[in-house]
Amino acid sequence: MAILEVEKLTKTFGGLTANKEISLQAEANKITAVIGPNGAGKTTFFNMITGVYKPTSGSIKLRGESIGGLKPHTVAKKGISRTFQNIRLFGPITVLENVLVGMHTHLKAGIFGTIFHLPGVDREERIAEREAYRLLEYVGLEEHYNDEAASLSYGSQRRLEIARALATKPSVLLLDEPAAGMNPKETADLTGLIQKIKQEMDMTIILIEHDMKLVMEISDYIYVLDHGELIAEGLPAQIRHDKKVIEAYLGKGAAEEQEAEG
Amino acid sequence: MKKILEQIRGNKWLQLGLLVGYIALTSLSLILAQRSVAAFLLLLLSFLLLYYTKLPNWSKWAIGLAIMFFILPFSAMQGPAYQEYMDVATLVGIYVSMALGLNIVVGMAGLLDLGFVAFFAVGAYTYGIFATAQASNFMPFGTYPLSGNSFWIFIILGCFVAALFGVLLGIPVLRVKGDYLAIVTLGFGEIIRIVFNNLDQPVNITNGALGLSSIAPPKIFGIELLYSNQIYFVVLFILLFVIFAVRSLEHSKLGRSWKAVRENEIAAQAMGIPLVKTKLMAFAIGASFSGMMGVVFAAKQAFIDPTSFTMLQSINILVMVLLGGMGSVPGVILGAAVVTILNAQVLNELTMWFNSLSTAGIITLPDAMSPVKMQRFFFGALLILFALYRSKGLIPAKNVVYDKQKFLSEKGTKKRLQSVAAPKEDEHGHTGS
Repeated sequence: MAILEVEKLTKTFGGLTANKEISLQAEANKITAVIGPNGAGKTTFFNMITGVYKPTSGSIKLRGESIGGLKPHTVAKKGISRTFQNIRLFGPITVLENVLVGMHTHLKAGIFGTIFHLPGVDREERIAEREAYRLLEYVGLEEHYNDEAASLSYGSQRRLEIARALATKPSVLLLDEPAAGMNPKETADLTGLIQKIKQEMDMTIILIEHDMKLVMEISDYIYVLDHGELIAEGLPAQIRHDKKVIEAYLGKGAAEEQEAEG
Repeated sequence: MKKILEQIRGNKWLQLGLLVGYIALTSLSLILAQRSVAAFLLLLLSFLLLYYTKLPNWSKWAIGLAIMFFILPFSAMQGPAYQEYMDVATLVGIYVSMALGLNIVVGMAGLLDLGFVAFFAVGAYTYGIFATAQASNFMPFGTYPLSGNSFWIFIILGCFVAALFGVLLGIPVLRVKGDYLAIVTLGFGEIIRIVFNNLDQPVNITNGALGLSSIAPPKIFGIELLYSNQIYFVVLFILLFVIFAVRSLEHSKLGRSWKAVRENEIAAQAMGIPLVKTKLMAFAIGASFSGMMGVVFAAKQAFIDPTSFTMLQSINILVMVLLGGMGSVPGVILGAAVVTILNAQVLNELTMWFNSLSTAGIITLPDAMSPVKMQRFFFGALLILFALYRSKGLIPAKNVVYDKQKFLSEKGTKKRLQSVAAPKEDEHGHTGS
């Protein structure tokens, strides 16, 4: 069953068409990858799903309910969470607090309850802290829970972004280049983590990634964008040998060469 | 020498002993010296020492409260400068509350507001208009001035009216960001002042540039609170409430969302934080602290006019926040105290001292060089120095340190937060430490 259905999504900035009639279906509890060369419009696509950009046309449906054009915080509340290509952590606050921010929509504390320390508020806070700590354990950052987020290493910051996104308790998780800037060891660990999240949390994941090894290893289904258009879709094995995809990545010559060899 | 310092640093009983000795010494000298600014300032300094001791929090509060409620008023009472001292202490309380309010807007939510004094003015005029005969010009019912008994209700009313103005300002203003926001709020501050200056026509509401005079002093159990030593306690109670509220908010859901919005709006929204609502909350809560103190200010001065609420006042409060440390509650308290005392006492005393020196013929100082007139110069220089050498303020903002033992072991935490789609991990109970 498809949890997230995107149909003919188009985004234009002035005269530039960043996304042209892209349709995608994300199956429940599967990893769907969106790949394509730099500037293909992948992040624009994510930004439309999460409400950062308003689609020019087309529809986005989460479990049959239209979410296209909603405000980002409403989309988050409906159950779509994301990480960012250029890390967007809350740098000067602690690692644990970053995850606690992710729990925002699940905390009921009101302003008067907070000021006057009503019993429910303090208890809720303790529970949230404990859950946030559990999530840090899950991604392997529990030792750093009191450190400043900005002081973490690059790879750890990416993991923290994932923990923070999970804290919103999403039904669909969008990962925007989670392995960017990671060394092979970190990438391997990350691959394991993403698979663990999919299996243990029944998570539906949509992934943008440049690391082909990672994509081919964990994706269940792949969509390929180039110049804002969908040029191919299919199982990893199919995409690997798709002529258009090789052409988009390596140029026309390479595609012909591959064909000659094959 | 080094050894002694290390020993002091490590031993909290030694710290307590030294602190008590210090407080006894300074308060005694304040009692004995008939009029000594130095003794008064040194006694105030004990709060800072108290902050840096390693005593448990509750005992810090106990000692602090004892100084505020008993030691300070009692030691000041003995000299002829009693009311002067209490006046300064009252002003410090008023400005600390305002600076804490602005700290929420600027320090925590990261919204540069250059018109903050407007909310102070709104609070002051709310009480001023109804506690003088002014209100009878436009109110169809009731007799005015209201008695000083109404002051206590007006503190709460001033809080809400200022919060309302905060929201009204926020709705149009929050469409712009950064520098533009600063300019728009600057404009708003001036607009409020000019409106109060001109709202004597067609209906005389604010009495225009003439201001409102003989505002009813607060009254409790039939006693009119006329003097600074009485108002001091009113300010103290409000200040304690403000500090308590700020500290509760700082590490709450709301406080975290302010910081998240400050650090990264896009990421904050992606976490489900509504931008406009969160920013409006910051404006409203910051404004409400200022509004409450506006009411007290009007009652204390018994006279207000639009010149009390100029842009320079807004800048003044901003200087307190910057000097103390943006986002840092103890820092802002210190910053506000330092700036207010400099303003209200040290510069005055220095001027008097220089004057007496020049009349004695020891030095000749042109009138334009007197410290009071160079107030702006001092603040400018201070800000530049701080920007260069201590850009995070006197006491930089610190993160809360969580104790994992506390939230992991506490009973009743078996319960989980309600969720849209509970991850599977929850049901199995992930095995942690």
